[in-house]
Amino acid sequence: MLFSIKTDAGSNKKKFNLDTYIVYIMFIIVLAIFSLWLGGRFFSVNNIINIAKQTAMISVMAVGMTFVIASGNIDLSIGSTVALVGLVVAVVLQNTNNVILAVFTGIVMGVVIGYINAFLSTVVRIPSFLATLGMLSVLKGFAMRATDIKTIPVLNKTYTFIFGLGEIGRLPTLFFWTIIILLIGHFVINNIPFGKKVLAVGGNPTAARFTGINNQRVITMVFIFCSIAASISAMLYIGRFEAARYTYGEQDLLTVIAAVIIGGTSLFGGTANIIGSVVGSLLMGVINNGLIIGGLKVPEQMVAKGAIILIAVGVSEISRRRRN
Amino acid sequence: MDSDYVVSLEGISKSFGGVKVLDNVNFRMKKGIVHALVGGNGAGKSTLMKILTGVYSGDSGTIKLKNIETKINTPGEAQKNGIRIIFQELSLIPTLTITENIFLGHEIKKFIFLDKKEMNRRAAEILEDLGIRIDVDLFIKDLSVGQCQLIEIAKALSENSNILIMDEPTTALTESDTQTLFKIIKKLNSQGVSIVYISHRMKEVFKIADEISILRDGKLVIKKMKKDLNIEKVIDHILGVKVEEKMGWKERETEVSNSALLEVENLSFGEALHGVSFKLRKGEVLGIAGLMGSGRTELLESLFGLNKEAKGKISLDGKPVHLKNVHLAIKKGLSLVPESRMRQGLVMIHNLKENIILPNLYNLIKGFIIKNAFVNKLVKETIKEFNIIALEGMNTFLENMSGGNQQKVVIAKWLKTKPKILLMDEPTAGVDVGAKAEILDFIRNFVRLNSSVIFISSEISELIDVCDRILIFKKGRIIKEFTHSQIKSEEEIHYAIQH
Repeated sequence: MLFSIKTDAGSNKKKFNLDTYIVYIMFIIVLAIFSLWLGGRFFSVNNIINIAKQTAMISVMAVGMTFVIASGNIDLSIGSTVALVGLVVAVVLQNTNNVILAVFTGIVMGVVIGYINAFLSTVVRIPSFLATLGMLSVLKGFAMRATDIKTIPVLNKTYTFIFGLGEIGRLPTLFFWTIIILLIGHFVINNIPFGKKVLAVGGNPTAARFTGINNQRVITMVFIFCSIAASISAMLYIGRFEAARYTYGEQDLLTVIAAVIIGGTSLFGGTANIIGSVVGSLLMGVINNGLIIGGLKVPEQMVAKGAIILIAVGVSEISRRRRN
Repeated sequence: MDSDYVVSLEGISKSFGGVKVLDNVNFRMKKGIVHALVGGNGAGKSTLMKILTGVYSGDSGTIKLKNIETKINTPGEAQKNGIRIIFQELSLIPTLTITENIFLGHEIKKFIFLDKKEMNRRAAEILEDLGIRIDVDLFIKDLSVGQCQLIEIAKALSENSNILIMDEPTTALTESDTQTLFKIIKKLNSQGVSIVYISHRMKEVFKIADEISILRDGKLVIKKMKKDLNIEKVIDHILGVKVEEKMGWKERETEVSNSALLEVENLSFGEALHGVSFKLRKGEVLGIAGLMGSGRTELLESLFGLNKEAKGKISLDGKPVHLKNVHLAIKKGLSLVPESRMRQGLVMIHNLKENIILPNLYNLIKGFIIKNAFVNKLVKETIKEFNIIALEGMNTFLENMSGGNQQKVVIAKWLKTKPKILLMDEPTAGVDVGAKAEILDFIRNFVRLNSSVIFISSEISELIDVCDRILIFKKGRIIKEFTHSQIKSEEEIHYAIQH
């Protein structure tokens, strides 16, 4: 029991919480630092568009991951999902040249993989960390076996225009994909009953059950969402690079999780900030891009990137603690 | 004389976000006595104790221990000075055993190794002193709330302490556990340990306390020896108004109908329920009295579709129903205010608004989209109707609300679903007299609409105040039934429960 003082019933004022806005502040600070350091080489229309392109895949996955983390779970298998779905979609395209069939196959695979993840963690009750860790390996194995680790080219121009290379005006289609997925995710979490159920299940599973929520069904849906997002991300990857390879998505897991957490979603479940996750992804993209333009070699890049992630998450954790 | 006091808090003030929660409070306690600290929800009791235990520091004022000014800035410093608190929110770690919890942070070692044998022996000894025989290798997560409370006390006693703060220690305890606790308290007193006893249960306060301090709106209203006070006076001081009529039986304004709304036949569930049969009539408040573990909680949970293995016939309005899950139970017009509001009733990390809308989501949508206008209207209406006090309005996080107001949120969110039957499991545990009276009034208003309530409480006086009929539960069976007019005294019910 703390304290309570009477105020007018239902006042709608909100206190300013630093941790909610930390991702935006960090984003602006990092942008400013790189602009001052690298000038026009970094801060130009071309490079900004370039960053948006490089980040689209991460953003899409981060939106899906936000749902899983908000429900109190985690999905470590997204990178392998990207690899496998990308290859299968590319093979379908190669053999049929049918864009609709290829995309449909990709989405169905997302549903199936998400369902298996959910089945393992809700019915068999393997904690999602372990269930999806196992799936990470299984799916990666399938991806490597699928084409005997060969690269599959993607030559269909309609496909590559929609998924990755096209531009409408000066804006890349990848940018639109990011915005569409962002809006859908934001809408689902904030504006329909399902979103509130996800937060309740992540915030207190017992209380959710006592409120008549079918936790198992909610968790199944979030895993399916997340895998569909990974599938879309896979399709963007192969469109952008005009090829599919089993290594796609390999390095993305940590970036995605870091983007979600820096974006203000608690790793312990119960909260979700979709816009934050996308801005978090952009922040990751900016860091990556800036360090490359700055001429850092890969080892230095990795150290710098890791350090910046730790600082960002650290600052947001400290401000969260302060508030309590 | 000043030096009589083991603790004296002088002129303590504390504000949160510009609101004064404590205003120049003096709190002085003599050695080896029980000093009760009482007041309504939000009166400042917990904040004052958090200052004494170093969780918060006061904006002004001084702390003197044995007449020496002492700075207590961290919980660690408080412990070093022998000040210990037993939390209302349990502070045990569910994944550790009883022994491991009791000795957490001050483990007994042989060289550098844990001396598990000795720790188990000592833990069993401490618990035996408390009158509990239990396997100390059990994990906390497998214990009942009441057992946890006793372990919590044992944990505080495992280290030398000269000031022990108990915040609502009996909330989850049965009558006999409470008696055991009181014996322990007296024993501790005789060893020179002073006890700050925070409780909303006035009868217990008057049984155990030597001296009483009353807080209201952050100010010390009165401090007197118990013999100079009586329950009515204390309640008047807590509320700041005269409340003769607040508690006690109120004649019903509407008749209880003769037709049954709910009929339960031969309900069984594992070892908890053995062939329970009863009827709940339209407009009736049916009380259930029984010890913890008597099957009372399992009864409500089975009715609410939480126990899949429960067997028996349940009829609503004369039609048989199969309540196989919570969703279905809610659809059929049932609601449950569960035993533990923090664990089962609320999402504590969410705010007031999100908690209230959760069971009402489908009344707030247009098409499939949640309408903010509907949400705001519902929440504002609820806050007003149920007199929920929240510092930041609908955006107040549940963690920052008092126990009584949290409980009102649980009741309110369910009543807004317009149920036909409200099941309540200890809804008044850990709430102050003011909120308690309000909750009883919610029940009275609810049954006026021809709806019915099943009401579990360990406080028999409350059951008598509001129930038309009381069933006595023991070992999963109904052993006796009293109608309101048959009850001659509270003691009669206490006796029935325990024999």
